[in-house]
Amino acid sequence: MTVAAQGTVSTSRGSRGPRPGPIKRLKRSYQKYWYAYAMIAPVVVVLGVLVGYPLAQGFYLTLTDANSLNSARTIGVNHIDATYEFIGLHNYADILWGPTAYDRFWSHFIWTVIWTAVCVTLHYGVGMGLALLLNQKLRGRTFYRMMLILPWAVPTFVTVFSWRIMLSDSGVVNSFLGALHLPQPQWLEDSTFQQIAAIGVNTWVGVPFMMVSLLGGLQSIPSELYEAAEMDGANAWQRFRNVTLPGLRSVSSTVVLLGIIWTFNQFAIIYLLFGSGAPDAQILVTWAYYLGFGQQPRDYAQSAAYGVLLLSVLVVFTAFYRRWLARNEQLAG
Amino acid sequence: MSTTTKTTVPGPGLGGDPLDPPAPPRPKRIRGRGQRSRTASVLSHGVLITASLIALFPIAWLIFLSLGPDKDDYLHPGRILDKAGFANYSFVLEHTSFFTWMGNTAIIAGATCVIGVLIAATTGYAVSRMRFPGYKKFMWALLVTQMFPVAVLMVPMYVILSDLGLIDTYGGLILVYCSTAVPYCAWMLKGYFDTIPFEIDEAGRVDGLSPFGTFWRLVLPLARPGLAVAAFYTCLTAWGEVAFATTFMLDDGKYTLAVGLSSFVSEHDAQWNLMAATAVLIAIPVSVVFYLVQKHLVTGLTAGAAKS
Repeated sequence: MTVAAQGTVSTSRGSRGPRPGPIKRLKRSYQKYWYAYAMIAPVVVVLGVLVGYPLAQGFYLTLTDANSLNSARTIGVNHIDATYEFIGLHNYADILWGPTAYDRFWSHFIWTVIWTAVCVTLHYGVGMGLALLLNQKLRGRTFYRMMLILPWAVPTFVTVFSWRIMLSDSGVVNSFLGALHLPQPQWLEDSTFQQIAAIGVNTWVGVPFMMVSLLGGLQSIPSELYEAAEMDGANAWQRFRNVTLPGLRSVSSTVVLLGIIWTFNQFAIIYLLFGSGAPDAQILVTWAYYLGFGQQPRDYAQSAAYGVLLLSVLVVFTAFYRRWLARNEQLAG
Repeated sequence: MSTTTKTTVPGPGLGGDPLDPPAPPRPKRIRGRGQRSRTASVLSHGVLITASLIALFPIAWLIFLSLGPDKDDYLHPGRILDKAGFANYSFVLEHTSFFTWMGNTAIIAGATCVIGVLIAATTGYAVSRMRFPGYKKFMWALLVTQMFPVAVLMVPMYVILSDLGLIDTYGGLILVYCSTAVPYCAWMLKGYFDTIPFEIDEAGRVDGLSPFGTFWRLVLPLARPGLAVAAFYTCLTAWGEVAFATTFMLDDGKYTLAVGLSSFVSEHDAQWNLMAATAVLIAIPVSVVFYLVQKHLVTGLTAGAAKS
């Protein structure tokens, strides 16, 4: 157990005598914390049934050759039992270094990493810039904020639909580019431009969340710090570097982590923008969905194996990220 | 301190700061804190206006296109101006099952919201106030749940839901949405509860309230802004989700709005004008709710973020 949260007083772990035996400890722990357990019980049950169990089941599927032809299913009144077999780690081996593994996995993997890095950088950069601008005393600040939140307020599938019309061949984006005598790429067909379009749309959708979070963080930095920095002769850049950024550290670390997780798993945008028609723009999540639901026969086992691989990438990344954060915090003191 | 002063600074990548010349001997006009030169003001407004336009345009364009009565009008937006009207809207409202979809979505979103926030609040409170064995593992589990890709859960969830007979029911989808929205909300509400002084709990306990009593009567009312954000988040999740809804709701009468919207393409051979009108109709209620709670949104979110 780490240090108790700030202000945790009597309810937290109090004085500790010599360690009693395990059964006694369990009993005492139950008596002491039963209300805490009671309060988290609903979440544990819901997550256990709907996430934990499917995860275990999904993991088991990855060790089989299940697809929609040999799974248990009911056609009319006839029930057909599952006939898939246990094949061990074959699916993983096949995905990672089987024939055409590059086309099926690694190309998507590289694209997913690029996609996540570029999108989160853009989200954070643009969000930070706008938050700084909005944090000034400015006429019409509320109005700007309302406008800038708009992409977040409208459901994603609605806005993505709008982008799809705008980006189509003779859509308004290309008309605009044409009016400026710029080339008019096929945003929804050409693979490179598909990727650019996906990143653009995702940036448009994701910036407001970053902006609002960072704005809240900025407003919680006491202005005395800026005054003090000015008195010490710090210029604008130095104030940003040494007052604003450290003040935003905790907000930033959380929103960046969430941003990375969400972008890595961003399903809706690519799925809705291209359907399953753009093999080069599919990130791992949409690709796994395509394998499991978008083709015939549906390949449940491989799809689930992709999911498990995705999850392990994220878990490893998060573990390192948090360790890195903790070390940074210790250094900062 | 010879340079002019400013409370905030534009970030990197915004073209630097037009202020701060290399220490002029003495500026003619001394500006107070928080005042900017005219150039900086104009620049700020310029950037913000451009950003606002970019944020607004796709939505405005969708509304504009939804006014054109023919299905090819989106190809020739110029023509819409002459014949703009609400024909699409009346068609969608009268001749499609829009209201059924809307009703389904409202039931699902509402139930997700109530159940989700309740569960998330108790959890958030427990992890905010009590240090129980397994606390750290539990927080970690909540975070990891955020990372579950749709694809890995979809098949097994489908199997479980059909075993439980929950495919094509509201209950199934509500449970699924709760499992995706609750971890984030619990995480966020934990941060919010952390900002409520612990002395309040202690006072409640001294006056003889049970732990649940303190939570229900003292802390929850104080956490209303945080709860509003959580409620909004769960609502929005349920309102705009596509993947689960497409897979688990197979019956035409059980479609949510998101599924219904995508059914336009095949059913009416890509009637973009109707799709646009439906999309606008879908967006209106959420956006209204969004702007009602957006004041709390900033405080709620960052309180959550800052303390995690």
